[in-house]
Amino acid sequence: MAQFLEALVNGISLGSLYAIIALGYSMVYGIAKMLNFAHGDVIMVGGFAVFILMVSNGWQPLLAVIAAMFICTVLGMLIERLAYKPLRGAPSLAVLITAIGVSYFLQNAAQLLWGANPKFFTILDYGNLTVHIGDSQFNISIGKLLSVAVSVAIMVGLSLFTGKTRIGKSMRAVSEDRGAAQLMGINVNATIAITFAIGSALAAVAGAMLVGVYGVQLSPTTGAMPGIKAFTAAVFGGIGSIPGAMIGGILIGLIEILVGTFVSTDLKDALTFAVLIVMLVAKPTGLLGKPMREKV
Amino acid sequence: MSLLSVTDLHVFYGNIHAIKGISFEVNEGEIVTLIGANGAGKSTTLNTVCGLLHPRSGQVVFNGENVTKNAAHQMAGKGMVLCPEGRRIFQQMTVRENLEMGGFTRAQGDLEGSMQNVFDHFPRLKEREKQIAGTLSGGEQQMLAMGRAMMSRPKLIMLDEPSMGLAPILVEQIFEIIRELHAAGATILLVEQNAQMALSIADRAYVLETGRITMSGEAGDLLQDDAVRKAYLGE
Repeated sequence: MAQFLEALVNGISLGSLYAIIALGYSMVYGIAKMLNFAHGDVIMVGGFAVFILMVSNGWQPLLAVIAAMFICTVLGMLIERLAYKPLRGAPSLAVLITAIGVSYFLQNAAQLLWGANPKFFTILDYGNLTVHIGDSQFNISIGKLLSVAVSVAIMVGLSLFTGKTRIGKSMRAVSEDRGAAQLMGINVNATIAITFAIGSALAAVAGAMLVGVYGVQLSPTTGAMPGIKAFTAAVFGGIGSIPGAMIGGILIGLIEILVGTFVSTDLKDALTFAVLIVMLVAKPTGLLGKPMREKV
Repeated sequence: MSLLSVTDLHVFYGNIHAIKGISFEVNEGEIVTLIGANGAGKSTTLNTVCGLLHPRSGQVVFNGENVTKNAAHQMAGKGMVLCPEGRRIFQQMTVRENLEMGGFTRAQGDLEGSMQNVFDHFPRLKEREKQIAGTLSGGEQQMLAMGRAMMSRPKLIMLDEPSMGLAPILVEQIFEIIRELHAAGATILLVEQNAQMALSIADRAYVLETGRITMSGEAGDLLQDDAVRKAYLGE
C-alpha cells in the first residue's frame, strides 16, 4: 500500500513535469501547426543556463531559474524567427525536418560550448517528508511536491491566460482558423512568436526541475528523452489541446512510474508507448483532441 | 470620392490566371454587389481586396490609401472587414468571445458599445452570448459572422455569400439585416450567387465571368436586362 502511494505521488509529480513540457509542444502545434522537435533541446539549454549561473557564478537558484526562463524565451523566439518563419506555408514535412535539424544543432552547440561530461545541480532541496500509514511508511521529497505546485500554478496561469485575456483568446482564434483570425486584425506572426516565447520559458522551468529536483544528469542530450515523453503526452491528451497536454502529461508520468515500480523498470518506456499506441487506435485524436476538419 | 477603388487587378493561383484585369469601385454609403457563377472569381476578388491574397498587378485603394500590398491583419484596423464565405466563425469559442475577436483592433473600452450595437441588430446573439459558437444553427452562425464583422465598426463590410446554405426564410432575414445595416450608414460590398436577392437590394452591380467584368450598372437595370435574367436569374 505504502509502495503504491509512493509510486502514485512520484508518478503525479513526474507527470506534472511532463505536462509543462507537453504544453510547449501542444501550444506550438495548435497555433503554428508544426511539431517543434527542438523543444526538448530548449529544456537542455535551460538546464545549462541554470547550471552556469547557479553553480559557476553563484547565483541564487530562483534568480538563476528566472534568468534561464528569459534566456530560453529569447532562444525560442530566435529559433522561430530564423528557422521556422521563413518556412511559413512550406510543406509540413520541410518544417519537421528543419525542426529535427535545429534539435541536432542545439545538441552539438551545447557539446561544443559546455562539453559532454554530465553535470548536476540541486534546487528546491528541502529533504523528505515521511508519511506513516499503519505500520508502513514512505518518503516523499519536498522538492518534488513543490515542483508539482509550480507545475499546477503554471497550468492554472496558462488556462487563465488563454481563457480570459485578449492575447490568450487571440491565440485560440489563430489556432482554430488562421485566415479568419487575420481578418479580425490579429497578427498571426506575432501570435506564433508569443507562443514560442511561452513554450520556451516553460521549457526552462522544466529543465531546471528535471536536473535540479529529479536528479537527471545534465548533458547535451538531456532534453531528448523527456522531450519525446512529453510529445507522447501531448499526443495522448490530444495535441493542440491545453487541458489535454496537462492530463496526458500526468497520465504518462503515472504509467511510467507505476509500470517501473510494479512491472519492470526495463519495460517502463516500452509499456508507456504501448499505451499510447492502444490509445491512438481507440481514439486517434487523443483524449481531448478534436477531429480536424479539412478545409476546402 | 469612392471609398474603395480597384484598378486593373490581376490575380493568379500558381499559373492559373483567376482574375484578369478587373476594375470597380464602391462609393460611401452604397451597396454594391458582384454577381457571377461559381468559379467566376468573386471570392478571389474579395480575398485580394482584404489582403488574404495578393495581386500580381493592379491596385487597391481604400479610403484614399493604397493598400495593395497590405497584410490581411492590417485591414481591420483601417476600417475594412470581410465576412468570409462559409462564415468561418471560431467554432470552439463562445458567441461573446467571437465578438470580442471581431473587435480585436478596437480599444478594450470600446467593446461594450460595439457589442451592444451588434445585439441591437441580432437579439438572438444576446440570448446565446455564452454558448459555444459551433453549437449555433446555420442562420445564427451567419448572424454571428456578420455581428463579428460589425464589431470593428468598419467603413466597408464585405459579405461573401451570406445566404449560402440557409433556408429561404433565413435568407430573407439575412437580407433584411443587410438593408438595416445599410440604412444605418454602412457601405457594403456583397458577393452572392443568389443574384435575384443581391440585385434587389443593391444600388449598383458588376457581373463577373471567368475573371472578367462583363457588365456593370444600376442594380435595377441589370435586374431587367435580358442577358442577366437568362444567365443568372434562371429565365
